[in-house]
Amino acid sequence: MADFEAVIGLEIHVQLATKTKMFCSCELSFGAEPNIHTCPVCLGHPGTLPVSNEQAIRFGIETALALGCEIAPRSIFHRKNYFYPDLSKGYQISQYDIPLGSSGRLGEVRIHRAHLEEDAAKLSHLGESGRIDGSDASLVDFNRGGTPLIEIVTEPDIRDAAIAREWLQLLRSTLRQLGVSDCNMEEGSLRCDANISIRRRGEPELGVKTELKNMNSFRFIERGIEAEIARQIELVEAGGRVDQATMHFDPASGSLTVLRSKEFAHDYRYFPEPDLVPLAPSLELIAEIRAALPELPETRIERYIGELGIPGDAARVLGFDAAAAEFFEAALALGGASPSALSGWVTGELAAALREAGHAGVGDSALSSSGLAALAGLVEAKTINRRTGREILVRLVSQGGDPVAIVEAEGLGSVSDADALSEIVDRALAAQPKAADQVAAGNQKAVGPIVGFVMRETKGRADGPEVTRLIRAKLGLD
Amino acid sequence: MIDRDRVLQVARLARLRLDESSGEVEQMARELSGILDHVDAIGGLDLEGVEPTSHVVDLVNVLRVDRVGPSLRREAALAPAPDPAEGSFRVPSPQA
Ligand SMILES: [Zn+2]
Repeated sequence: MADFEAVIGLEIHVQLATKTKMFCSCELSFGAEPNIHTCPVCLGHPGTLPVSNEQAIRFGIETALALGCEIAPRSIFHRKNYFYPDLSKGYQISQYDIPLGSSGRLGEVRIHRAHLEEDAAKLSHLGESGRIDGSDASLVDFNRGGTPLIEIVTEPDIRDAAIAREWLQLLRSTLRQLGVSDCNMEEGSLRCDANISIRRRGEPELGVKTELKNMNSFRFIERGIEAEIARQIELVEAGGRVDQATMHFDPASGSLTVLRSKEFAHDYRYFPEPDLVPLAPSLELIAEIRAALPELPETRIERYIGELGIPGDAARVLGFDAAAAEFFEAALALGGASPSALSGWVTGELAAALREAGHAGVGDSALSSSGLAALAGLVEAKTINRRTGREILVRLVSQGGDPVAIVEAEGLGSVSDADALSEIVDRALAAQPKAADQVAAGNQKAVGPIVGFVMRETKGRADGPEVTRLIRAKLGLD
Repeated sequence: MIDRDRVLQVARLARLRLDESSGEVEQMARELSGILDHVDAIGGLDLEGVEPTSHVVDLVNVLRVDRVGPSLRREAALAPAPDPAEGSFRVPSPQA
């Protein structure tokens, strides 16, 4: 395995969060009764004319700019011709030789192009298996037909399945924070295909690629790509060769099957859509949209690590969660706690407390940013220990309040009186002679029961690191 | 000159049935070739610096506000369908 590397490019289709379809004013909906949002345009009746949705174009430009693409000063739509029952007109309106955006980058992956098109209708295949093969009739629901899509095509810059998943998560949170799509994979508003080939390490030529279709969760994407890479390597090592094919990954069995290709699928006979005039966004419009872009995950993560010195993991969690990041920044602005400490609270204890309380985000809780700032400050200044801080946090999440007042009213301050603590540690050592011997003999883990004794005596208010320091000092270890 | 196989392939892509016994295929081959010859004649012109014309009207950015309008009643939408079922257009399975 070691002498092969995989070369992976992704194609992502994202449904744009407009109110209406791409070329007609039918309402967009998910999960509605079939065929209640259709009209002569999206049903492809003769003599009807499409008109582009202004908001879809705007979302398209926002997306392309957020992905660092150049915006084509003039782009046109084409007809992509093929017959399939999910396509009412016999062609899909899409962009072809001049996409809206090109030559971008997100993270470590270059973007080849980003173009606008319309979604096909939803096909349900009848028949015993429920799978496409073997069923003799299908039902077509045109509610989805004509939904605005942006198709994002990457360069083949990805080398393994885990990176593909991570990058897709970055893409999803970028698009969500832009507000152009809800990117719900289960509902199909973000769909991913992967082009996969392998080559011997150091080989400049690309191998024959296969296309892995329509994976609908991050986990399946990672597992599907892994399985396909393994299949190709096994094939080549056994002396075979990879044939161009479209593959389907079945997450239940973990197996890959070759899908029959659409007849003449490669021969789409594109030509310019005569019913739609070109898109030519003005430089003013592009500048206006660019200026209004929010700070996106990639930039935020870089800033948190570079300027605020926040650990990478916490920075990434905050980068992917705009609401948590805004809360963090509001707390940080109040002063009193360092960025690292605060980010640790937000991504650690607070995230856990919110999960436990069943809150989707901090906005659902009673905790204020000033409450968190004060709490983190109390712990950082060792006025209370971390455990007490955690307990107060859980209360703040459910009831709100001022942590300083709570600490004072309930006498929760750390036992920091050195003499008092020293006396308690002496008693702890006397009460746990066996553990004391083990610690003295070099077994650090044996310190547990001694610290436990101190915490019981102080009702958990002793400063842990200070207790450990005292124990070691008294045993002559430091 | 477009050959017979090419005509049949294009017809298949366009879902057109040509009567092979009536000389339709040969007629199409002649007519399509004539069209391509005409395009070749245009291709012979010196068009250096001339942008391709994808649209003859001089308009750009004809856009629609993203506002919901009325859709068809489902019965009306399904009325022309040859085999409606379960509120949907029932069709032969594309891969059966
Ligand atoms: Zn419509």
